[in-house]
Amino acid sequence: MSERDHYEAVIGLESHVELSTTTKLFCGCPNEFGGDPNTRVCPVCLGLPGSLPVLNRTVVEYALRLATALDFEVPEESIFARKNYFYPDMPKDYQISQYEEPVLKDGSIEIDGVRIGIERAHIEEDTGKTVHVGGGGRIHEADHSLVDYNRAGVPLMEIVSRPDIRDADQARSYVTELRGVLRALGISDVKMEEGSMRVDANVSVRKRGASEFGTKVEVKNMNSLRSLGRAIDFEIDRQVEALEAGERIVQETRHWDEADGRTHGMRTKEGSSDYRYFPEPDLVPLAPDDAMRAAAADLVPELPAAQRARLVADWGISEADARVLVAVEGLADYAEAAVDALHEGTPRDVANWCTGDLLGYLNESGLSPVVLPLAPDGLAELVGLVASGKLSRNQAKEVLDECLREAKRPKQVVEERGLAQVSDTGALAAVVDEVFSANADVVEEWRHGDDNVKKKKRGALMGMVMSELKGAADGKTVQALVDERLQG
Amino acid sequence: MSERPVEAARGDALTLAASVRSGNRRARDVVEEHLEAIAAREGEIHAFNVVLADEARAAADAVDTRVAAGEDPGPLAGVPIALKDNLCTRGVPTTCSSKILEGWRPPYDATVVQRVAAAGAVAVGKTNLDEFAMGSSTENSAFGATRNPRDPSRVPGGSSGGSAAAVAAGFAPLALGSDTGGSIRQPAALCGVVGVKPTYGAVSRYGLVAFASSLDQIGPFAVTVADAALLYDVIAGHDPMDSTSSPAVAPRVSATLHDGASGVRVGIIDELIDADGVEPEVRAAVERAANALEEAGAKVERVSVPSVIYGLSAYYLIAPAEASSNLARYDGVRYGLRVDAEDVGAMNARTREAGFGREVKRRIMLGTYALSAGYYDAYYGKAQRVRTLIGRDFARAYESFDVLLSPTSPTVAFELGAKASDPLAMYLSDVCTIPTNLAGHPAMSVPYGTGRDGLPVGVQVLADAVQEPTMFRVAQVLEERA
Repeated sequence: MSERDHYEAVIGLESHVELSTTTKLFCGCPNEFGGDPNTRVCPVCLGLPGSLPVLNRTVVEYALRLATALDFEVPEESIFARKNYFYPDMPKDYQISQYEEPVLKDGSIEIDGVRIGIERAHIEEDTGKTVHVGGGGRIHEADHSLVDYNRAGVPLMEIVSRPDIRDADQARSYVTELRGVLRALGISDVKMEEGSMRVDANVSVRKRGASEFGTKVEVKNMNSLRSLGRAIDFEIDRQVEALEAGERIVQETRHWDEADGRTHGMRTKEGSSDYRYFPEPDLVPLAPDDAMRAAAADLVPELPAAQRARLVADWGISEADARVLVAVEGLADYAEAAVDALHEGTPRDVANWCTGDLLGYLNESGLSPVVLPLAPDGLAELVGLVASGKLSRNQAKEVLDECLREAKRPKQVVEERGLAQVSDTGALAAVVDEVFSANADVVEEWRHGDDNVKKKKRGALMGMVMSELKGAADGKTVQALVDERLQG
Repeated sequence: MSERPVEAARGDALTLAASVRSGNRRARDVVEEHLEAIAAREGEIHAFNVVLADEARAAADAVDTRVAAGEDPGPLAGVPIALKDNLCTRGVPTTCSSKILEGWRPPYDATVVQRVAAAGAVAVGKTNLDEFAMGSSTENSAFGATRNPRDPSRVPGGSSGGSAAAVAAGFAPLALGSDTGGSIRQPAALCGVVGVKPTYGAVSRYGLVAFASSLDQIGPFAVTVADAALLYDVIAGHDPMDSTSSPAVAPRVSATLHDGASGVRVGIIDELIDADGVEPEVRAAVERAANALEEAGAKVERVSVPSVIYGLSAYYLIAPAEASSNLARYDGVRYGLRVDAEDVGAMNARTREAGFGREVKRRIMLGTYALSAGYYDAYYGKAQRVRTLIGRDFARAYESFDVLLSPTSPTVAFELGAKASDPLAMYLSDVCTIPTNLAGHPAMSVPYGTGRDGLPVGVQVLADAVQEPTMFRVAQVLEERA
């Protein structure tokens, strides 16, 4: 047993999610990624003197959808608060957020049969972006800085889990599930790599069996699920080592460095920041009425957990395959559309292609299933060609590859390449006869050999027949013919 | 009427608008006449940070064109109006009388600026104020003090001292100000004009540079109650750009202005008429006003609103707290003054050090402290509880009364410099006006005779939320019987 096994990690995650509304949180400027600097701004999101915020109603609708999905309590009223601190990319030098009365309280999410509590979710505005020119891009050493306020005022939802997570795997599962839910609800793009979802981890460790929490450390700057897992693992090890060495854990914020695979304490002056929160006087309390609550509940679609259960039950696929289908954005929808278009073959065949070759292509190309060169009914066509025995699985792989690369339909590829599988039993039997005649010695060896030899020789004959057919035949049919010939 | 201000010769807003609308007078002539008055006396008074002579002429010509074309030029057609320089005006410097906004020209008009322009009013200038509306004398201006047209050795009150002085001097029959703790009513009283603080939410704050957001409210200055009613009706009403603006349709006060005070229940607030520092002449004026209302058929009694005595203390925690946050944005990064330094933090600090005046700094520090961790409950939290208490006490009073009466300012206009070095004495100028802001109710100051040294006294008429029609009716009666 290693040192680490004597300890238990206690992890809570804070997820900041950009909401995919058409306009910003408090003004009518477009909420879009990119654009020339300072072109998507107005007096309100620039915080010009005299301007006032007006809450985007869609953001409230999104919050209410999330409430239904994750069993949150929606208080009668929640209030906005100002978080005061000076920073050049924050136009008003305060952020409008929620503090004591968040819009959502006490939700939860189930991960592999374990309920992870979610303490709260609140609405807040994003800041602009500062680019530091010179001095290695650090603010204090830069020659000058440029600020782009296009992102200022973009709506964010901060979702704060309870410290119910115990290891890096569970943390990743939590984020994966949360992303799936947010995506299914259509309220965020949840792309960690593009920054539309940022996850910070509060990590502490304690001796197994202890009831007190250890001192927590906030870890930031993870830009993928993988780096989230790595950062948590690193931090747990670091803390355990420190405790074993008789050191104390300092409550601090640490930055994950993807390149060196370590967390680093931030060099900024410590001392607890005092944000001087107080209720935002420019906004009235947020009080969603019953009609709004009901309307939002109606807009909640099937969520990932339910979708997985349905696919396992209806398609007879494994839980693991269902998990992959649902976790990859758009893949389950693609598979469902393919199943709908199916004439021959099973949903399971469709799922196999989707979690196999198709997923490989998605990962390699970086494309989303929505824009795949092969539409779902094209995959259904391919599955049909295999099921009807017109294509072998190996041929089908090649056909799929060409369909994806050349944006062709399977039948078109089959025609162009003359790939139709030999399914005529008579023709197949002729080839088998030919091979048997030309390799009578092998057949003799089979006849006199023990089980092991029999198996080898049978395989050799199979291989020769298939090679003669250039793979254009159904393996099972060929096998049956070869066996028939050997036995007969 | 003992004393009629000089501007009567140039006519009140109702008369001017009627003559421009009917084509009897050209808006351009009306404006020229007022620009001449400004040229004659502005050097002495310093009501304006900027006089918009060319813009005013162009706007007046546009009104005349509409009249000539037979179009409706609006209820304020051709009426000159002075705008407090904390109201955003597109392309025109908006300074809040602070160095920190040096060179800033807003890219947009405040909602009230749009509304008065759409009603045909002609902006003649941006008026001086205590920096960021913090003060009661208009001495805290980065551009120098404004003087009281009634006696130029005296202050006009503040913070909307420039607007009050502009109306009192006849530079414009109408002006807009903002009132956070009395900043419209107190200068109106000291300058002998009418000043109105509407119900919180009645008038959009969009484009009003914020001092204390939960207390700020824009309102009219005028020579007569009827003119103030006319302007109120133009500016009141919902604005989707201000979340705190009331969605209800604002009742038009002009319609019932002359309905009299018969049967109106009037309460004189014990705690305010007897407050320390209320001059005997001021107290006497309030009593005479009460008698006049009684003669007009009102029922007058004394009433206690006990918690109002804590108003000043609560106000000086809440208003600075909000201000400390509202004024954070003046950091040298985006607009206005910037004093360069070795890094961003130092640049922020040096800009603010150079750009803000003493009173603004004092309030930012006060407010920052009041919101600090560990002090929040003791200061800001407690002040909010006092605020709730004041609202409750007023609610109880309004169960028995339609309007309440009190002095507007404890004193008549004081000498320039008299309180400039004593912030607490200055703060006491607003002891009678602050409770209304904390409650979010409407109140207005009506000139009622004179006090010490023959200087004007204002009587304050207070009413419950959205009860502006009753408040204006009572004020109209007072004006007629002054």
